Amino acid sequence: MEKRNARQTRELVVPGDILDGTGMRPGENAYVLDGKVRASVMGVRNVFQNTVGVIPLRGGYMPTAGDTVFGIIVDIGPSNWLVDIGAPYPAPLHVSEVPWKVEFGDTSRYLTIGNVVLIKVLAVDESKKISVTMKDSGLRRIEGGRLVKVSHTKVSRIIGKSGSMISMLKNMTDCRITVGQNGWVWVDGEDENADVAVAAIEMIEQEAQSSNLTDRIKEFIEKRIPQDEEDDYDEGDE
Amino acid sequence: MTEMMSEIKRDHMMKLIAEGKRLDGRSVTDVREIQVLTDVIESADGSARVKLGKTEVIAGVKIIPGTPFPDTPNIGVLTTGAELIPMAHPSFESGPPGEDAIELARVVDRGIRESGMVDVEALCIVPGEEVWMCFVDIYALDYDGNLFDAANLAAVCALKSATIPGEQYGKGENKPLPITCVPISITEVKVGNTLIVDPNFDEEQISTARLTVTTDDVGNFRAMQKGGRGSITLDELSLCLDRAVEKGAEIRKIIG
Amino acid sequence: MSGHTDMVLVDENGLRIDGRTAEQHRPFKIEAGVLNNADGSAYVEIGKNKVLAAVYGPRECHPRHLQDPTKAIVQCKYNMQSFSVSDRKRPGPDRRSIEISKIISEALEKVVLTELYPRASIDVYIEILQANAGTRCAGLTAASVALADAGIPMRDIVPALACGKADGHVLLDLNKEEDNYGQADVPIAIIPSTDEIVLLQMDGNMTREEFDRGIKMAVAGCHELHELQKDALKRRYSKKAQEASE
Repeated sequence: MEKRNARQTRELVVPGDILDGTGMRPGENAYVLDGKVRASVMGVRNVFQNTVGVIPLRGGYMPTAGDTVFGIIVDIGPSNWLVDIGAPYPAPLHVSEVPWKVEFGDTSRYLTIGNVVLIKVLAVDESKKISVTMKDSGLRRIEGGRLVKVSHTKVSRIIGKSGSMISMLKNMTDCRITVGQNGWVWVDGEDENADVAVAAIEMIEQEAQSSNLTDRIKEFIEKRIPQDEEDDYDEGDE
Repeated sequence: MTEMMSEIKRDHMMKLIAEGKRLDGRSVTDVREIQVLTDVIESADGSARVKLGKTEVIAGVKIIPGTPFPDTPNIGVLTTGAELIPMAHPSFESGPPGEDAIELARVVDRGIRESGMVDVEALCIVPGEEVWMCFVDIYALDYDGNLFDAANLAAVCALKSATIPGEQYGKGENKPLPITCVPISITEVKVGNTLIVDPNFDEEQISTARLTVTTDDVGNFRAMQKGGRGSITLDELSLCLDRAVEKGAEIRKIIG
Repeated sequence: MSGHTDMVLVDENGLRIDGRTAEQHRPFKIEAGVLNNADGSAYVEIGKNKVLAAVYGPRECHPRHLQDPTKAIVQCKYNMQSFSVSDRKRPGPDRRSIEISKIISEALEKVVLTELYPRASIDVYIEILQANAGTRCAGLTAASVALADAGIPMRDIVPALACGKADGHVLLDLNKEEDNYGQADVPIAIIPSTDEIVLLQMDGNMTREEFDRGIKMAVAGCHELHELQKDALKRRYSKKAQEASE
């Protein structure tokens, strides 16, 4: 994903808007017409090296190889499962990509419809066929906890600069929190704490544009969960 | 993409509801916020756009002179239709009304008809030959559960504010559509062993049975419909009937 | 286009029955992001037309046999609600609605960057809540905003407006009476960055000169409408665009 440059104008552009006429090359979500670079989606104009593109505000999640995402099993075949990862296409999870030895036709014994899984995107080919795997460290079927779905465009906001936001959330709520690249976030902890963590995540999604968001989230959680003095240790990364 | 609910969410919601709590913080008997706008469509003789939480429905009334049914020669005709149009939910498909839309229309119709809301005897133009025909058409625009109550509200608010277009057809002056009472439906679903009022979409998805009860202004019952593949006990039925009267009166006050 | 009336549609001062001059369009109103479930949505009023558009997608293509392995298809469904017209319309698609759905789908396929989503479908739903001539233009105008609202990549946002002729005058944006009793109706949609035409129909009787004059007015009107389309999106999302950077 392109790095955002803090000194860019934050004005909203819409499809067709001219981003540059001085010869820059088109970046993400932009195209060239008559020598001018134009936006192809609604979002914020973004300059990266000598290209100018758009960081989208809206729009569904399109997976890229290497993304770790949460998914829900929506269909079962004799040698694969179909996983909804919030993309325009379902992702087939083949029996060769799970840590168990699954006999042909025995798939429903391992994963059933409605199960939540943490998987990784292996590849997306030219016809947008998505291949995924559960055969990497940390990948597994997920049980318990809550699954919060937010827009994938807010993932970086939830993680924060160098992970600052998510560390704060984890420490203050004493919950395990894992953020999928598709914007699906898993929260696991004591009921009341998890409620607060979920509410905080939803608040980040709603108010991503606020400038003092970190402080407001801190305040939000403090009001609801008493904070001890010695909660400085790192929970360990997810 | 299919709107499959994760088992995590299902488990969490079922646990909460068993404790009498709901994800959106409501109690088991709370109805979501209601917003009603009437006279929104000029080309209709009556219209209403209703929001029940995030569920949104629009209803329009067209009143047209027509022939009465042979067995009721001096009585006006009332017809209700509903469509679950695809814009309202990713799972709604294009096409003629399916069984859900048909059931919805018939249940709303039953409440209106059995309560005598529209004074159909006052809709006679020429006895035996011509009567006013009221067509109520309901469209779901945004679906987050409980279309029954949202559609009922939209239909009755559209009828309440409707005008018989006498002048358009050279059949006298324009007059308000004669209304005698306002039927209000209250829908509950059973999740586990708990009954919750005004379910949202997720709550409907995990429910086993549904009961819609329509009452009139004095708290008498005019229509009921049980839906879903589960069952309800006699005690549960009794609870629903009590709630339908109480909540029905509250809503009747809100819409005025 | 086939009615006859004694009504004067354009008087001796060049004023139309609603007080407009020949080149004036009816008042426009556009709101973006008006529905919860739809991926993108918009509400448009042009004069007394009231139109709602919603977009879902890109998503799996149904029916499957329509899937295109190289790009997404745009499936538009235009529908008039029963009470949207003065003579109640029976529910269900009629031949007119099917034709309009087709030409709007085709107009949008030209601007949407469909190659980015092979095998998928972009589903566009247009509901006419209240009609007063020019519903297909209002519908396409709303659909374009809904597509941008959904974050679907497209070259430009497409406005549509009609010109026509009544009482011998070439007019912009016909109202119901002018459409019913006039002599020509020409709905047109353009890609504003290039003035390419993506929708064009005509019925009636016009000389070449009248037609050229009408198109010029319609294109100018489309550009004005386009400003409002952009404005509707900016109004809805400008605050959200001011995200703090990493």
